Amino acid sequence: MRNLRLIARLDIKGPNLIKGVHLEGLRVIGSPAEHALRYYQQGADELIYMDCVASLYGRNHLANIVSAATEDIFIPMTVGGGIRSVDDAAQILRAGADKVAINTAAVADPDLITRIARRFGSQCMVLSVEAKQIGDEQWEAYTDNGRERSGIDVIDWVRRGVELGAGEILLTSVDREGTRRGFDCALVKAVTDAVSVPAIASGGMGKPEDLLSVVNEGKADAVAMADILHYKRATIDEIRSVARSAGFGVREFHRKIV
Amino acid sequence: MSTTDVVVIDYGVGNLLSVRRVLEHYGANVILTGDASEIIAGRRVVLPGVGAFPTAMQVLNEMQLPPVIREVAARGTPLLGICLGMQLLLDESEEFGTTIGLGLIPGKVRAIPGIASDGQSLKVPHIGWNGLHPAEHADWSNSLLSDIRPGEAVYFVHSFMAQPNAEHRVSDCMYGGHKVSAVVAKDNVIGCQFHPEKSGDVGLRIIKRFLKL
Repeated sequence: MRNLRLIARLDIKGPNLIKGVHLEGLRVIGSPAEHALRYYQQGADELIYMDCVASLYGRNHLANIVSAATEDIFIPMTVGGGIRSVDDAAQILRAGADKVAINTAAVADPDLITRIARRFGSQCMVLSVEAKQIGDEQWEAYTDNGRERSGIDVIDWVRRGVELGAGEILLTSVDREGTRRGFDCALVKAVTDAVSVPAIASGGMGKPEDLLSVVNEGKADAVAMADILHYKRATIDEIRSVARSAGFGVREFHRKIV
Repeated sequence: MSTTDVVVIDYGVGNLLSVRRVLEHYGANVILTGDASEIIAGRRVVLPGVGAFPTAMQVLNEMQLPPVIREVAARGTPLLGICLGMQLLLDESEEFGTTIGLGLIPGKVRAIPGIASDGQSLKVPHIGWNGLHPAEHADWSNSLLSDIRPGEAVYFVHSFMAQPNAEHRVSDCMYGGHKVSAVVAKDNVIGCQFHPEKSGDVGLRIIKRFLKL
């Protein structure tokens, strides 16, 4: 079947690459450009840029970061954080993004999902969901980078989002994010059971082997990785080897000898 | 105009910056334009596109570009359609009803079946990296893929697939047991269902080859 996608996730604040725990306590990691290029050269299948500040000021930084990245990085880029309108989406797509990821604005105005999907295609409209467990097999969608409750059930929300036109789900477990405790496989499974569009599991990857259960049990189509890459606990090459040994289809990639 | 001039048809859809950047990576002079005379004068022409087939055709029609693109094809100018831009080259698409395409490559565009050949449900859109394989009876040696080894992977993202006549299929990928047209060609008119500008080193080699046509 299709290949598992290995995605490097870069959380951005202002001009910096940052990383937190549970999307909080952000630490500066360094230059987004340097890290993005390294992940591209290691064979990342895609990049996700997520603006954690989501202000207009931050978004301009983000557009510049993405635009500069397109000069030497030739893989798909998804960009999220602070996109509140079709015009915002158009602006970030013009800056070189291939897809937009939307959470807060979609919760406030679900029709935005449809408007973006109609204008740019569903493949362009990634529904970003920040999920916190609130009970047995029950998760609530959070907005504003994991800070605000929405009162909405994650499974209901992803079903509705796909009906409205979302072509992909970026599913971040706020509980696991930055903890290195592994993915929330039950959450991922609940979402992949509920919708037919691809789901990207994000949050919790502490070691390459963590992807085994999220793919086998969770049925994730892709994994987003941040902490494990930023702190150089594994390279994408190593992660791909683990995936391949487990029998998952992964992209054939040969590092260019420079 | 230098021999590497490329016109990218700008009709308001898609990530044109990435297409421009990948062409510039090899030193091409790139113009993004919707102007008929500039398009016709292009040494090479790229028709990009993401989104829905009917919307794209509607915009092209409003800009009166279909006859311009047919003129480019008739002149023998290398013309590369990417993703939806490839699908537009065909006769028609069934996306949201039937819409007439540019008719430069015989065939139709149909939805990717939501069921794999083994009866399991199949995720649509088809998003991700997938290997390129020669279509039946196709010869790669003189095609856009001459520098690509069978099996090398490129990045796809689409819900519909082109079904050209067999003679115009250059390369397929396999998705859910279905053969999905990846590269189509008729003389100087070429289409890639995948995004060469987003396909890393493999895509770069395809673009490099396009700039030598």
